[in-house]
Amino acid sequence: MTTERITFAKAINSGLRRALEQDPKVLLMGEDIGALGGVFRVTDGLHKDFGPDRVVDTPLAESGIVGTAIGLALRGYRPVCEIQFDGFIFPAFDQITTQLAKMHYRSQGRLTLPVVIRVPFGGGIGAIEHHSESPEALFAHTPGLRVVSPSNPADAYAMIQQAIASPDPVLFFEPKVRYWDKADVDLETPAEPPHTDAAPTGLDRARVLREGTDVTLIAYGPSVAPALKAAATAAAEGTSVEVIDLRTISPLDTDTLVASVRKTGRCVVAHEAPVLYGTGAEIAARVTERCFFHLQAPVLRVGGFHVPYPVAKIEQDYLPNLDRILEAIDRTLTF
Amino acid sequence: MSPAEHLADAGLVQLLTPAGERVDHPVYSPLAAHLDGDALRAMYRDMVLVRRFDNEATSLQRQGELGLWAQSLGQEGAQVGSGHALAPQDYVFPSYREHGVAQTRGVDLANLLRLFRGIDHGGWDPTAHNFHLYTLVIGSHTLHATGYAMGVQRDGLVGTGDPTRDTAVVTYFGDGATSQGDVNEALVFAAVNNAPLVLFCQNNQWAISEPTTRQARVPLADRGLGFGVPSVRVDGNDVIASYAVTAEALERARSGGGPTFIEAFTYRMGAHTTSDDPTRYRSAAEDEYWRQRDPIDRLRLHLEQTDELPAAFATDLEAEAVALGERIRSTVRSWGPPTPASMFDHVYASPNSVVDSERAWFESYESTFAPTQGGAR
Repeated sequence: MTTERITFAKAINSGLRRALEQDPKVLLMGEDIGALGGVFRVTDGLHKDFGPDRVVDTPLAESGIVGTAIGLALRGYRPVCEIQFDGFIFPAFDQITTQLAKMHYRSQGRLTLPVVIRVPFGGGIGAIEHHSESPEALFAHTPGLRVVSPSNPADAYAMIQQAIASPDPVLFFEPKVRYWDKADVDLETPAEPPHTDAAPTGLDRARVLREGTDVTLIAYGPSVAPALKAAATAAAEGTSVEVIDLRTISPLDTDTLVASVRKTGRCVVAHEAPVLYGTGAEIAARVTERCFFHLQAPVLRVGGFHVPYPVAKIEQDYLPNLDRILEAIDRTLTF
Repeated sequence: MSPAEHLADAGLVQLLTPAGERVDHPVYSPLAAHLDGDALRAMYRDMVLVRRFDNEATSLQRQGELGLWAQSLGQEGAQVGSGHALAPQDYVFPSYREHGVAQTRGVDLANLLRLFRGIDHGGWDPTAHNFHLYTLVIGSHTLHATGYAMGVQRDGLVGTGDPTRDTAVVTYFGDGATSQGDVNEALVFAAVNNAPLVLFCQNNQWAISEPTTRQARVPLADRGLGFGVPSVRVDGNDVIASYAVTAEALERARSGGGPTFIEAFTYRMGAHTTSDDPTRYRSAAEDEYWRQRDPIDRLRLHLEQTDELPAAFATDLEAEAVALGERIRSTVRSWGPPTPASMFDHVYASPNSVVDSERAWFESYESTFAPTQGGAR
């Protein structure tokens, strides 16, 4: 096994490269992903190596990007679309929810749309309006879509390949605040198949990142790093926190969450998106249904408030940072 | 700009007058010159059969057998004419009123009614006929067609010079759709990619209750020009001209000349759907004006005037239409509802724990009811 120490962005780049090499039907499309390599440089060098027909600079029209990706998929291609920023996905919302999500269903399984939509999402980078949002729940609410979010370079590398290999459309949320994080990534071992019970690191699987006995802390994407930090801090204070990286938002790997909460009796969910009708609400409902007699405290949520994403100068007060996650852990222990 | 200017049919390519007389056009007549009696009778047959089918479907809706029906009445010329210009390898992305095109692609017309009976969201195998499913969200499919055409390009099936391989894509939409962002984005993507695409706009004058004047202050064909896409206005009730302009556009697409925008000037003689009431927004005089321009009457007159409509053919066709109507009625009435648990089928192409667990719960719940007649309950 050869590992390489690379950034999260480079890990996705490497996964995309591998997919482009292995399947001639894979193509990338998006705004400024060609010569520029994308505004976050995630597609850096791919245009040069694979050419403009496979790494396609599209017109500035998100509905057009996803709509033409659907057509390309109907013709047998596997398009990977880049939406430049989270807040720019809404012009494509109709194509994603009314067309992409439903084609397999309405065709009685005759048509499949293996389309991946990469979305740099979340805040914490001091961006201006519409560049820090977390719209994942809007898509998780839509049957027919898969919604995932890696939290670290190794997962990013494997999961982007699994997303491309999936026969279903996948919304692939990339935590942009993590793009510059570095880690050792095994670039040689092939990724596991995306959807099989035999694959413990498949696209449908949550993963226990840190074992604990007092509280289950569930996070995904950008919030996993502060969650791990919170667990380490809590451990120093004598609280054993089990951290689960959700990885998949739809489908939800409820079994893994339930097994943990039945053990700890307490559950905190952290994400950047507003908690109202968010992923945490769904987790709280499912955990409560299946762990009712194991729970020592109500499931608590840490996340965005019911306000538009605030200006950058105060975004740290909006995000589920270390202090707010620790506050929730403390609160759950008071019951 | 007054409505009159919009409704003006100046500048339309026409090869057959409402009186059934052939007229010459320097560009388009040669493209239709090879249409002999057999070819014209084949078009006539398709138009007659589709109209019969359409009338049967309307009746079935009135009898409660369909939840809704969107008539193609009056648009058979544009649809059948353009459909006859297609090659087998071409691919069609229809809106939801393209019953005439479906007929030319060999789709069993009965299957168009599955959607409207509420037993299927689709109804046929698109890849078996190169005829995509109907799309109800206005204009969305024009982007799918554009992307599909971009795929055809990547497959190397444009400009090979082999007529059995060179492939074009056609998408059908209406006057109202030209206001949608997706249609405009389709024009952008098709233009800059030089995609082998024909954007076939049936301007049937009405988007439910809104006249074309609510969509544009210029002829719709001018929309294409703004994107650098060659555009043509055709008399959509002239099946021969509709064939010819489509043949030209398809040839341009297949040979690598890129997209074409066609505005087929026609008329929705029926209601938008069976839920609509056109008497609230348009006049009987207007209806009558267009009745005089019926696309089927026009071709029949021409065939009669040229002695190309033998009595035996007409008799056989009428019998075929009657038989089709009977088959449509009996087929539709024979379709029961799908099993309730089938709602869980095909949500995903791969296993999904959420859908699987909901299905399991539902089936268990269903099993608690005593089995009676129909369905699981």
